[in-house]
Amino acid sequence: MIDFIRSLGRWGLDTLQRLGSGHLFLWYMVKGIPEVLLRFSLVIQQLQSVGVRSVMIILVSGLFVGMVLGLQGYNTLVDFGAEESLGVLVSLSLVRELGPVVCALLFAGRAGSALTAEIGLMKSTEQLTGMEMMAVDPIRRIITPRFVAGIISMPLLAAIFSAVGIFGGFIVGYGLLGVDDGAFWSQMQVKTDWYDDVLNGVIKSVVFGVVVTWIALFEGYDASPTSEGVGRATTRTVVHSAFAILGLDFVLTALMFGGI
Amino acid sequence: MQKRNTEITVGMFVAAGIVAIFVLAMKVSNFTDFTDDAGYEVVAEFGNIGGLKVRSPVTMAGVRVGRVSNISLDGSTYNAKVTLSLYSQFNTLPTDTSASIFTAGLLGEQYIALEAGAEDEFLKNGDVLHLTQPALVLEQIIGQFLFSKAEGE
Repeated sequence: MIDFIRSLGRWGLDTLQRLGSGHLFLWYMVKGIPEVLLRFSLVIQQLQSVGVRSVMIILVSGLFVGMVLGLQGYNTLVDFGAEESLGVLVSLSLVRELGPVVCALLFAGRAGSALTAEIGLMKSTEQLTGMEMMAVDPIRRIITPRFVAGIISMPLLAAIFSAVGIFGGFIVGYGLLGVDDGAFWSQMQVKTDWYDDVLNGVIKSVVFGVVVTWIALFEGYDASPTSEGVGRATTRTVVHSAFAILGLDFVLTALMFGGI
Repeated sequence: MQKRNTEITVGMFVAAGIVAIFVLAMKVSNFTDFTDDAGYEVVAEFGNIGGLKVRSPVTMAGVRVGRVSNISLDGSTYNAKVTLSLYSQFNTLPTDTSASIFTAGLLGEQYIALEAGAEDEFLKNGDVLHLTQPALVLEQIIGQFLFSKAEGE
């Protein structure tokens, strides 16, 4: 019995400690941002590996998500004779929810896991310690540029995802199913609001960008310096990011659209 | 050379992202509504506005001429006070223009339809539309129908 309570206590303390060091880590990263903005070439390098290399998966999955939305939406809407609303359905579901959320999940899988593995390996091969020996702050030199790059890439990727998805919905709706293209675009424009829908989606994607990159970098930095530890950290990144994205999405949706 | 290529691809990525946001603004959302000059506002009082909402369309002969910018309740007459924001290009509406609340389709959204009157003077900012027709509430119509049916028997 005592052992059980003791293990519960240890688990609680460990969790608290990790949470605490995670937030300290975030604070150090944020503190380094002004300096990194002055040396922007570091961020550009990271934008290449975090953002540009994720474009392909975002393009392809965005297109297919949009096409599936078009097909499924059409099947339901045609029963009510409302297939002209297909544009509204596709654009609202992409811009409000699927764009930021699916894009963030893909981003966590594609870029987040790579970041964790990279940082974790740097740690296990003692490159980070080496930098510290040379009086270079590894957080400012290695971590913060990646953090900034993640925050910049995520909204851009989500916007690309939504735009491509709407185009995919249009291809299926107009090309395959014969929905009137004028009604498709005009209804979409009437019902999709710039502030309430598009900008809130962008805000969501920025929040997801911060959270996913933060989790990925912290897991990498906190990984136990063995190959097994790095592997576990990478898994944790993807799992925790998915939890954080879906949970935060509920909170953000309730805040943004709950009153409507 | 390596650095140059990196910068070019990153530049293309950022440009693609900005283009995507631009497309979402211009092609997908009603951003263009906001860039229009504010136009002018007129007020109409309705006995019942049904499901009318802020940003519902205002049309004339089916053409969109503005949108609903505010809805409030008049404390003394207990009527709904609806502020219509009309685009400035439609500045030749007569002062006795009438406003009705219609429904697009059987279950569609509600909108305000304006019908021009015959006066020579035009509506200005802050004017009030006096001729209004409230929204039809389906339950009321069914109720009236049942009532008249029962009376007839």
